[in-house]
Amino acid sequence: MTKTYTNTGSKDTRSGFGAGLTELGKSNENVVALCADLTGSLKMDDFKANHPERFFQVGIAEANMIGMAAGLTIGGKIPFTGTFANFSTGRVYDQIRQSVAYSGKNVKICASHAGITLGEDGATHQILEDIGLMKMLPGMVVINPCDYNQTKAATIAIAEYEGPVYLRFGRPKVANFTPEDQKFEIGKALHLQSGTDVTIVATGHLVWEALEAAKTLNEKGISAEVINIHTIKPLDDKAILDSVTKTGCIVTAEEHNYLGGLGESVARILAQHKPTPQEFIATNDTFGESGTPAQLMDKYGLNAEAIVKASEKVIKRK
Amino acid sequence: MASTQQLNDLTTQVRRDILRMVHKVNSGHPGGSLGCAEFFVALYNEIMERKEGFDMDGKNEDLFFLSNGHISPVYYSVLARAGYFPVDELNTFRLIDSRLQGHPTTHEGLPGIRIASGSLGQGMSVAIGAAEAKKLNKDNHLIYSLHGDGELQEGQNWEAIMYAAANKVDNLIATVDLNGQQIDGSTDQVLNLGSVRAKFEAFGWTVVEIENGNNIEAILEGMTKAKTLTGQEKPVCVLLKTVMGNGVDFMMHTHAWHGKAPNDEQLEIGLNQNPETLGDY
Repeated sequence: MTKTYTNTGSKDTRSGFGAGLTELGKSNENVVALCADLTGSLKMDDFKANHPERFFQVGIAEANMIGMAAGLTIGGKIPFTGTFANFSTGRVYDQIRQSVAYSGKNVKICASHAGITLGEDGATHQILEDIGLMKMLPGMVVINPCDYNQTKAATIAIAEYEGPVYLRFGRPKVANFTPEDQKFEIGKALHLQSGTDVTIVATGHLVWEALEAAKTLNEKGISAEVINIHTIKPLDDKAILDSVTKTGCIVTAEEHNYLGGLGESVARILAQHKPTPQEFIATNDTFGESGTPAQLMDKYGLNAEAIVKASEKVIKRK
Repeated sequence: MASTQQLNDLTTQVRRDILRMVHKVNSGHPGGSLGCAEFFVALYNEIMERKEGFDMDGKNEDLFFLSNGHISPVYYSVLARAGYFPVDELNTFRLIDSRLQGHPTTHEGLPGIRIASGSLGQGMSVAIGAAEAKKLNKDNHLIYSLHGDGELQEGQNWEAIMYAAANKVDNLIATVDLNGQQIDGSTDQVLNLGSVRAKFEAFGWTVVEIENGNNIEAILEGMTKAKTLTGQEKPVCVLLKTVMGNGVDFMMHTHAWHGKAPNDEQLEIGLNQNPETLGDY
């Protein structure tokens, strides 16, 4: 029996971030926000309007934004930086590395428009390497929530966590299906669907696709287990190992390059503890291009259909 | 308040510390460290309002950020001699398991350090963030920072310089060590900085020049003046003209000792030029 998940109305995950930040503005006076000329895109307008003294418009100057965020922690502030994922990571990698990660600063790097679903702006803005960049930094927590509700909950949760966090979310409207009141626990995978034939581990926008894939697989008589990995680092090793012990094979699904992404983190755990056949739903060491999000997900094989095919393939490899 | 003689004696001892630290591990950056010895001594002993002990948040005290982290020897020596950690610990500089890493870091929990630096050009932004935190906390204390002149070639500085003026970060005194030298030669040869004063002023900063940045009295006068210029809706820049390698004659006026340690014989000459005052570690 597959569990049924209902889309309560598609929304963008970036709006979940904005809503979470609005709540934090009210509940935690130490929360401050910095933005590099993308306040509307990051949905930070409410926070800015309600707490102008705690909002720092830095202009198109991301390196300065990251450094300032590190400095703001000295004095007890909890800075949330906001810009696109590309400009939140690759553009400022050394600033994050030295001033935030190595310095152990309590900065929350909040990155919208991640992945290929940024759409028409094309490859200059579609980063598919950010999870890898961030997870390699010692001490950095990497979170990629799946829908509006989960992004909102994650935004609120990371303010309570002491240390650097990378929070990744996106632009397109996607199914909103996780419970509105679900508490977000960093590093704790969510078991969405029980199954016995194949484990599907998905993160971000691919979680809904994984649930859709499980439905199709069920119709074909294949029992798929679906796990929502919202935290890529620290990874919930136990949830993954317990599941493959039952199913004997796994598909990982993410809107990211297969090099450096969730799939590689899962492969490492499996290689160390329980070698298991694995297939990767991810981009294949490539840049993106212009197009609608749906066209791009289809062209680059990041949807339910691709997950179904990968599941059928990996089952044969058992 | 310490007398000029006391501050000069401390400076001489700091020079000895610098030379002995880099000599012992045959690595480190003596040139810039020696050039800024008087500045650090003046800053930590006369200029800054500091609390006893150390906590990361540093509320209700002045804070300092070193952006050009390679001059860690002078920083460590002055911090130790200001009481942040035992002076004997200078013995561990750059050694395995030490809190005194090659470049300053918070990672090993060394008291006195609030940010890692070494990869250049990042300290101005951090200082501005800390200054904004002070304002939010309604803490009237000041933020001080130090930057190399060559370091201004890093673009992030100019993002930060533009921000600080546009947002009236007037509780910040950023000092630039104008020694005119960098690794590959003089700043004029490597990448001419033009007029640093004109650049800061064009960005909307108030600029104070200290012509003799290796003279304690001149530093005290200039920094005291800089303090009076805070709180006037403009960030303050101090241009500190120093001589790299100051106090050790063969190290002066050259970039050669930027990142090179003296050998045994050179150490002895350097130490002889700076007789022990407060006692070696």
